[in-house]
Amino acid sequence: MLVELKDITHVYNQYNPIVALKDINLSISKHEFIGLIGHTGSGKSTLVQLLNGLIEPTSGNVLYEDEDIFSDKKRLKFIRQKVGLVFQYPEHQLFEESIYDDIAFGPKNLGLKKEEIKNRVKESLELVGLDYDNFKDRSPFNLSGGQQRRVAIAGVLALKPEILILDEPSAGLDPSGRNNLLELLRHLHQDINITIILISHRMEEVAKLATRVIVMDEGRIVLDGNPAEVFSEEKRLRELDLDLPAVTSILHNLKSKGLPVRTDIFDITEAKDEIINELKKNVPEEKRLC
Amino acid sequence: MSLIEIKDVDFLYREQENKALSGVNLSIEKGEFISIIGSNGSGKSTLAKLLNVLLVPTKGQVFVDGFDSSDPENVWKIRQKVGMVFQNPDNQLVATTVEDDVAFGPENLALPSDQIRERVDKSLEMVGMGGYQSHPPHELSGGQKQRIAIAGIIAMLPDCVVLDEPTAMLDPMGRKEVLKTIKYLNEEEGITVILITHFMEETIFSDRIVVMDGGEIKEIDKPAKIFQNIELIKNAGLDVPVAVQMANELRSSGLNLPEVMDIEELVNALC
Repeated sequence: MLVELKDITHVYNQYNPIVALKDINLSISKHEFIGLIGHTGSGKSTLVQLLNGLIEPTSGNVLYEDEDIFSDKKRLKFIRQKVGLVFQYPEHQLFEESIYDDIAFGPKNLGLKKEEIKNRVKESLELVGLDYDNFKDRSPFNLSGGQQRRVAIAGVLALKPEILILDEPSAGLDPSGRNNLLELLRHLHQDINITIILISHRMEEVAKLATRVIVMDEGRIVLDGNPAEVFSEEKRLRELDLDLPAVTSILHNLKSKGLPVRTDIFDITEAKDEIINELKKNVPEEKRLC
Repeated sequence: MSLIEIKDVDFLYREQENKALSGVNLSIEKGEFISIIGSNGSGKSTLAKLLNVLLVPTKGQVFVDGFDSSDPENVWKIRQKVGMVFQNPDNQLVATTVEDDVAFGPENLALPSDQIRERVDKSLEMVGMGGYQSHPPHELSGGQKQRIAIAGIIAMLPDCVVLDEPTAMLDPMGRKEVLKTIKYLNEEEGITVILITHFMEETIFSDRIVVMDGGEIKEIDKPAKIFQNIELIKNAGLDVPVAVQMANELRSSGLNLPEVMDIEELVNALC
């Protein structure tokens, strides 16, 4: 197992305790793409901060490749390199004068040789779709919001993480910036084999990309399964104040009005075909669209 | 005359080669709900800042209720008529209690205290935050904070509120609250709303949508018309709301669907 959380409970603020996580048990295998959802305050961000050792749990264990990450504090540096965390609005953390220096910051701290640092900066920039020669000397502050975010993600990728965790990576981007970013995540997962944990409020993103969806509420994991399984729990998700992906919502509504469509489809064209098929089968031509 | 008249406006930021806005013409009537969509850098926010004189056009003119924004004499008159709400609620709240925050604007108008109190209470009521007067803003959710920011603007009794991506940093619940508030202010209180957003679903209630690209207005029309123009939307780097997209797909497969804007309308049209 790549990462395991065992009997985790985490309490913030000893004197006025707030239980952020309760009885969490979770195993993550290599090459999963996990969509982590839940409304604000459900414990998502605390959970991912445990995974790379930013927070030590009040009780329970965090294992990376079967070893407790807190058993040897010296190992934490290695863990943080292996478990890359991209915070919300990561572009706010850009600080160097050139894009090269910004991305090189992490690898430099690993004590890598100059040549290796250069290779990593180059590789990471190409990964996020920015041309090395064209961008390396530019200031990160003269880029568009979407490009800045790519540079920030490249800075984490330059550490060659095994797992990449992203907290709301598409928040605030315009539609084309958002689509490009989602394409990047798909590429990292499918072609570069990086394990990904995506925190998102946009169910469409999660449904399209994730191989597994985990739903949190009040510090607990309440649903865990593939997207079709989790998004079939319409009622439960509504109780948790969560949305369904819009396509799923359309299919559910049609089904409850008597059209027996499948509800485990997330692609709009596939869903369209399903609707047309079922209309043809179930509704005589003259009565369609009454 | 319209509430807002933008006439042949160009805007060039200092030390930039390309104009942020060029040849912009737009009239907005009192009581309208206008959405402005466009990719990053298309000029949306620049346009918004012209409306309450945070910027003055490089060329052309902006009139608010007949007042020319390029005349320094008019700046405060216009700012009282057009209020702005920005993306990050944390950057807009200044006081330690909700009521002090909302009172900040009216206090600067040097109104008597009983009038300030009345305006604060009424504004909070309008954004659905009545009873939160003595709460510290930092303990509120993002959606609540953003509604407090809106209340602070409403307390100035503006004719028009311009909201620049007010829901970008909010979770789905916060987005719904803020959107509901905006619709209420427009429909029930008659306040003119100009909403800039990257969420296409938020624009389907508007009277008109303005599509911007490369500093120019590409199209102004009703939501149904805008989102049927797939070419326009694609070229501007935008999306179509899922329900509308699905309806378009179904139509191109031969289904004779009426105009639909959201999931409910689509489902009702289908069965």
